[in-house]
Formats: sequence, structure tokens, C-alpha cells
Amino acid sequence: MISKVLTDSELVRDYISGDEVALEKLIHRHKQKIYAFIYSKVFDRDVTEDVFQDTFVKVIKTLKKGNYNEEGKFLPWVIRISHNLVIDHFRRNQRMPIFKVKDDFDILSVLTDGSRHAESQMIKDQIEVDLGKLILQLPDDQREVLEMRLYRDLSFKEISEVTDVSINTALGRMRYALINLRKLIKKNNVILTD
Amino acid sequence: MTKNYTPEKVVSQNLLQPKQETIDFILAYSKALRIFNCEVVSFELVLN
Repeated sequence: MISKVLTDSELVRDYISGDEVALEKLIHRHKQKIYAFIYSKVFDRDVTEDVFQDTFVKVIKTLKKGNYNEEGKFLPWVIRISHNLVIDHFRRNQRMPIFKVKDDFDILSVLTDGSRHAESQMIKDQIEVDLGKLILQLPDDQREVLEMRLYRDLSFKEISEVTDVSINTALGRMRYALINLRKLIKKNNVILTD
Repeated sequence: MTKNYTPEKVVSQNLLQPKQETIDFILAYSKALRIFNCEVVSFELVLN
């Protein structure tokens, strides 16, 4: 006896009528195309399995609710559902990116918290206080240039205009300021690193 | 003429199939799901 191959529409109709085997046939007929379509978008086997499963959960619900209409073909309709679910997947991941841990790579080794912890902050504050005291010991003209450059972020051209000296003089004063600062650091045995 | 090479496909077409357990789950879900339409509201019931 030759068994007739049922069309998708007939299988859908049978499934809606309560024939669960019809769904099995539909899945086996189209599983590879649907799976390959999803995989071509997400490139991840686990995600593909999830989207494939969710696609058919949606298909089942729609068919059982009687909301399916025969305007389109079954396969393009299922592909459209999976396409929408793939979009949902990417939207969800955009909001909440997932980083998968690989065997030889620990994400925590490269992720750092930019903020300083309490001890580090205290050391930084202390360094700034010490540096401020050392700067106060510099000759006035050198201290003036150094403060304008470091703390007020003025260019040497601006410093030369404010102090009414040439740029070269301002540069020279800055150079001597740094040399003298290093001497003071050495003399006072101050550690300026954290 | 420059020969263009395409990268070797990591996944064979034959392997692009869902796992049997995924299909089993879908079929079991289908058997367990009952939907009752009550006017504008529809109730979904999943039987174990």
C-alpha cells in the first residue's frame, strides 16, 4: 500500500484536530531548515536550541488557540517566528550582555574597578599633602610657574603672559622647579608613590 | 588570478539539527498543553 505524503496544511489541520503525530511529522520535516536558519543568525548551538524550542512553543500555542490562518505557508510562518525570537534574543543581550567564561580565561583577571579603595585613596591624599608642602619650599618664581602649569593647567604661552616673562624663561623656571622638587624629595626622604 | 579560499565550515550541515531531547520536550509540551478559550480570555493549562 502506498501511503500518501501529507502536505503541511493537512498536517496542521490534523494537529489542530488533536493528532499529535502530525506535529512530530512537521517538526521532522522542517527541523533542519529552521535550525540552520536560527544558527546562521546566532552562531551558538545552545542559543539555537533555545530559540528552536521557543519557536515551536509559540507555534503550538498559536495552533492550539486557533489563531493560525492558512494565508501563508507553514514553513515561512515558523521561520518568521524564529526570526522574531532571534531579534528578541539580541535585544535582551544588548540590555544585559552575557560573557561566557572559557576554560583558560577568567574575565575577573581583566575587569577592574576604576575607583580606588579606601587605603589607596588615603595614600593618594597623603602624597598630595606631602607634595603641596614640598612645592611651598620652592623659590616663588618657580613655584608660581609650577602651580600654574600643574594645578591650573595653563599653557607655557599663557604662563609667560601672566608672569610677563618669555616662554623660554617660563620653561626654564619649570625645569628648575622640577629639579629642585626632586632634590627636596630626596633630602626629605619622601615617598611619593602608592 | 588570485584564488579565493573560503574558511572551512566548522559545523557540517548534517550536524545542524536540534537535539532529540529538544524535540522530545516540544512534543511532550504539546501533549501536556490544553488551551481553553473563554470569550475574550484564553486559559493555558500544562498538565504533568
